[in-house]
Amino acid sequence: MRERRELALRVNGEDRRGSAEPRTTLADFLRDELGLTGTHLGCEHGVCGACTILVDGRSARSCLMLAVQAEGHELTTVEGLAPADGPLHPIQEAFAEKHGLQCGFCTPGFLLSVHELLAENPDPDENEIRERLSGNICRCTGYHNIVQSVLYAAELLRSAPVA
Amino acid sequence: MKPPPFGYVAATSVEEALDALAEHGDEAKLLAGGQSLVPLLAFRLARPSVLVDLNGVDGLDGAALEDGTLVLGATARERTVERLPGLAERCRMIVEAIAHIGHVAIRNRGTVGGSLVHADPAAEWPALAVALDAELDATSKRGTRTIPAQEFFVSYFTTSLEPDEVLTRIRVPLPNGRSGSAFLELARRHGDFALAGVGAHVTLTADGTASDVRLGLIGVGDRPVRASGAEAALRGRIPDEEAVAEAAEAVAGEIEPTGDIHASADYRRHLATVLTRRAVTAAVERAGGGAHAGAA
Repeated sequence: MRERRELALRVNGEDRRGSAEPRTTLADFLRDELGLTGTHLGCEHGVCGACTILVDGRSARSCLMLAVQAEGHELTTVEGLAPADGPLHPIQEAFAEKHGLQCGFCTPGFLLSVHELLAENPDPDENEIRERLSGNICRCTGYHNIVQSVLYAAELLRSAPVA
Repeated sequence: MKPPPFGYVAATSVEEALDALAEHGDEAKLLAGGQSLVPLLAFRLARPSVLVDLNGVDGLDGAALEDGTLVLGATARERTVERLPGLAERCRMIVEAIAHIGHVAIRNRGTVGGSLVHADPAAEWPALAVALDAELDATSKRGTRTIPAQEFFVSYFTTSLEPDEVLTRIRVPLPNGRSGSAFLELARRHGDFALAGVGAHVTLTADGTASDVRLGLIGVGDRPVRASGAEAALRGRIPDEEAVAEAAEAVAGEIEPTGDIHASADYRRHLATVLTRRAVTAAVERAGGGAHAGAA
């Protein structure tokens, strides 16, 4: 009988509870226990960036954290960027407008990485964007439109900041 | 791609971590940032029966400049050190080296102590530690001992830490005076492991002579390499183009790189000399010496 631990944490502004074996990654916990399947798993060993979320406001690979390590922490996943029935977050809007995605599998990780970047620097240049996103792999777009999306997202956020 | 089952202890103090190590012996593995260990678990290359998590240990993640020494707790996050106010001005090679570690999301979690004890010979922190003569505090139930960085790294992924010891603190004395430094590495892709890399720190006297030279190399042996022969070749000389080139050539004789799918041994040796020349040149320029000072 494998041990399960009870967890309490905050996800997208809500208090959530669940249980996990120590070996369960935070990514699997978010998807399988909390039903937040917007966090995607590509490589499951920290290379592809698809599972990137924010932990206490900072980007992290959710496949490289154990669920038990998230106890008491505050997480933001892609589902937390915009209300389910409301308008898209400006970063999402920019990706849609500038064709920053094709199949969309990698997109949640990109969105959260971009969220952290633009919070630190509201006006990054193309080089900074490319370096910051080098840890997120996209196999469809060739990155050009992703970079354009980030530049446009920065523009949108500078003209109408989101809390 | 899923880790095998293991037990989990969230230590809240170094004592609790030591208790867990005492109880579980070499079946236990310490977990810090997890950016190397968790992939090893996912691949099932590491199969500890218990993970002892250090992330909740109070006060172990500090990072501060204290009287010219960079003092780091073992779980200080790499990103925290990268952005530590005043550090880039004081020792640029540290900040430049950190920027090569994975990506921001990796550095947000990855810890200095974790990188040191993982002892990957292609990793940046071990080379910074040996180049700058860092002191590493290892704590066990027997007390705390200080290990000089050059005695810490034994071989691939192997350190001189005993199984009952926890790396708790790292002190990096930053050279004083008229000095400059640089860290350069080459990887196939940004954030990948370096094929080779060099950290160089140079201190100059008033007349532009190199009084202190530190060279730490990565990716060119079974552990980080301090190129003391090349350092000696430059010490006491004006670090002009010829002197720097000679020192860079000397590095080739101090390393024993191996070839693999990413680069041959010869290519790594070539890279080490080229990167050494460039890093030392940049360090000298940042110290306000070199070609410009020589012409004055």
